Amino acid sequence: MPLELAEFNLSEERLEFRDTLRRFFEEHAPITEVRRVMDEEGTGHSAALWQSAADELGLAGIAIPEKLGGQGFGLKELGIALGEVGRSLAPIPLFASAGLAGRDVLHDAGQGADDWLTPIAEGKAATLAWVEERGDWDPAATRLELVGDGDEVRLTGEKHFVLDAGAAATLFVIARTPGSTRDEGLTLVAIDASATGLTLERPESLDLTRPVWTLRFSDTPGRVVGPVGGAAPGLRQGLDEATALLCSEMEGGMRKVIETAVDYAAERFQFSRPIGSFQVIKHKCADLLIDYEGARTASDGAIVAHDEGDPEASLLTSVAKSYMGPAYVRMATESGQIQGGVGYTWEYDAHLYFRRALASKALLGDEAVHRDRLTRHVARTLEAGAA
Amino acid sequence: MRRADTPEEAAFRAEVREWLEANAERHAEGPPVPLDHSPEAEAHHWEAAKDWQRKKFEGGWAAITWPVEYGGRGGTPIQQMIWNEEQSAFDVPAGFISASLGMIGPALMRFGTEEQKAYLPAMLRGDEVWCQLFSEPEAGSDLAAVRTRGEVDGDELVINGQKVWTTSANFAEKGFIVLRTNPDVPKHDGISFALIDMRQPGVEVRPLVTMRGDRHFNEVFLTDVRTPLDHVVNGIDRGWPVTTFVLMNEGAFIGTSSQTATSASALIEYAADAGRLEDPIARERLGEAYARDRVLSQLQDRLKGALLDGRMPDVDGSVLKILSAEWGHERAELASWLQGAEGLLAGGDAPVAGLWQDKVLSRGLSAVGGGTLEVHRNGLGERALRLPKEPRFDRDVAFRDLKTSG
Repeated sequence: MPLELAEFNLSEERLEFRDTLRRFFEEHAPITEVRRVMDEEGTGHSAALWQSAADELGLAGIAIPEKLGGQGFGLKELGIALGEVGRSLAPIPLFASAGLAGRDVLHDAGQGADDWLTPIAEGKAATLAWVEERGDWDPAATRLELVGDGDEVRLTGEKHFVLDAGAAATLFVIARTPGSTRDEGLTLVAIDASATGLTLERPESLDLTRPVWTLRFSDTPGRVVGPVGGAAPGLRQGLDEATALLCSEMEGGMRKVIETAVDYAAERFQFSRPIGSFQVIKHKCADLLIDYEGARTASDGAIVAHDEGDPEASLLTSVAKSYMGPAYVRMATESGQIQGGVGYTWEYDAHLYFRRALASKALLGDEAVHRDRLTRHVARTLEAGAA
Repeated sequence: MRRADTPEEAAFRAEVREWLEANAERHAEGPPVPLDHSPEAEAHHWEAAKDWQRKKFEGGWAAITWPVEYGGRGGTPIQQMIWNEEQSAFDVPAGFISASLGMIGPALMRFGTEEQKAYLPAMLRGDEVWCQLFSEPEAGSDLAAVRTRGEVDGDELVINGQKVWTTSANFAEKGFIVLRTNPDVPKHDGISFALIDMRQPGVEVRPLVTMRGDRHFNEVFLTDVRTPLDHVVNGIDRGWPVTTFVLMNEGAFIGTSSQTATSASALIEYAADAGRLEDPIARERLGEAYARDRVLSQLQDRLKGALLDGRMPDVDGSVLKILSAEWGHERAELASWLQGAEGLLAGGDAPVAGLWQDKVLSRGLSAVGGGTLEVHRNGLGERALRLPKEPRFDRDVAFRDLKTSG
């Protein structure tokens, strides 16, 4: 009998929504399909699956306002959807398009948002490119400069570690005005996937089910989104929300990992007993549960804080990300170990989750980055209180 | 994050606050004071705790959720939580009294006869303090292996044996005790749960000094101790369900004890004052501790929310028990590391009045007290994850034929 964990804090409607999505991905994105895309699709994603997720379920525009063609739900619903993507490893650009690009454009585009968000809601996938060769997740480290003034600009240079670039119709790129530093001068530029002077490269990636891409621009034309030089506040808000959403996606993967491990421990016999009856395995399973309970609590806390405009939202996002990165890696590692030798084979799925865990831990800042943020934030708050 | 108070809750909160302002002192500002574990200080604290309990009773606050007929207020769990939240701002001697109330009170209401329930009001008034006589030298993690004998003699039970780790036995007037009344049946089937008078001849209490120097625990030796048969709860040989009910009582989790002096935020404040925040390693370790504090309090909110709504909790209490113990130890060790050479000092000579050294040395309280973390992990595996139990050799064997270490 498969493991059934107590359901967590979801209203009837949301539970039904989640179960609908779970059935959809079980049917349309079984692990055999995930592996087929992994082995055969140079783009790293399934265009057909993305199209039906957008057409049948409206996933592409789930958290985009209704007047812009979306479904008008909040981050909570987008988080639930991402959790099911994280659980199934479905090869669709939901996180890149709705989580990264969608949130950033929403906060940065101001009056012109519908030009950009309506196509995203219709299923024309987008992604956000801000990190460069050194791999610094802080947008202040941006060195790529735009050329030209007004709304039509040109880019020459590179962006790295871009998610789902192979699926994107529009690439939203962070560049800076010449001579500017840190947050000042950061500008959001939209580049069409068919633009001249744009090349996409797919280096070999640790995460086989979500590769990272390198973009090279050579006098590539693009349009400025929102105010020139004014992207930083919206971008930081967008990245914060994306980090909380990534945590939701991780939570779904963690749940799959614990279910797999505990089911295996209950069914695998050695020494004429299920191995889960041995304390050493039982305690490993208990530790998986402890990691998972903390994770689903923390990711939910971050999402709810953003949805409710809690001033602590950014802080709770760092709490969740710093806790969950190592926890997911630990869970994927131990889950593989509980499965013994087969847990380390190519054929078993444990390594797909292990790779996803390692990549997710690094994306948008690892635990070191977020712990540092937490300490600085708390110290500043204490100092302000003492003053 | 808890939702805002309803108008009724806000009114109740105001009433609580007004009463507390009139009857208790807010936490004093100023430098921390070293903890005093001397017998004199503990005795003084105990008397203060009884006085506070009486004061609460007179004000109608001693047991907010208990029915009025037993001396309670007949209120809701939410009201109890509001009380706890408000009380945490005041310097009140919460001692073991509230813990024992939370353990034995609900058990008597659930299993007790009318005569047994008659003990409840005196308990609430702080006139009679109760202790829990469960563990024995040969029955620690395996509580059902208790040996302390209860033998029926006319209309009395005669008790002989030894208990250990008994919190506050040296102060208690009454005790509830788990006994072996039938050694000829499998262990769970020969257990009784009885109420006894601790102040009778034949009860000898010897304090156990823990490694941090306190006398929190005691050994209790029982020689021909007597209690009426009608003080047996739920009947002879039917004490195991009562015992597990007491152990599983999650009321203990509703308490919001304010541990601000040893929180990660307090540690960040200390590190800032000590000039340690220039060190990126210190910042990372402190950030980790802070994240854990927040995750733990979010988990507690989850458990509390379920209890307050009367829902089945969606997180097992053992998850919280394990995390708060293990993260608490690591936080205390982080404090030692931050203090560097000054961490070699203790008490009033150490930074922050030695609070962190005290925390390091109280490890056993959380890692063993209330069940070892290993036993809690077994519970998670078997209860929450429904993994098969270990093969057992004692299911169908009479207690007297079981193997023991002694």
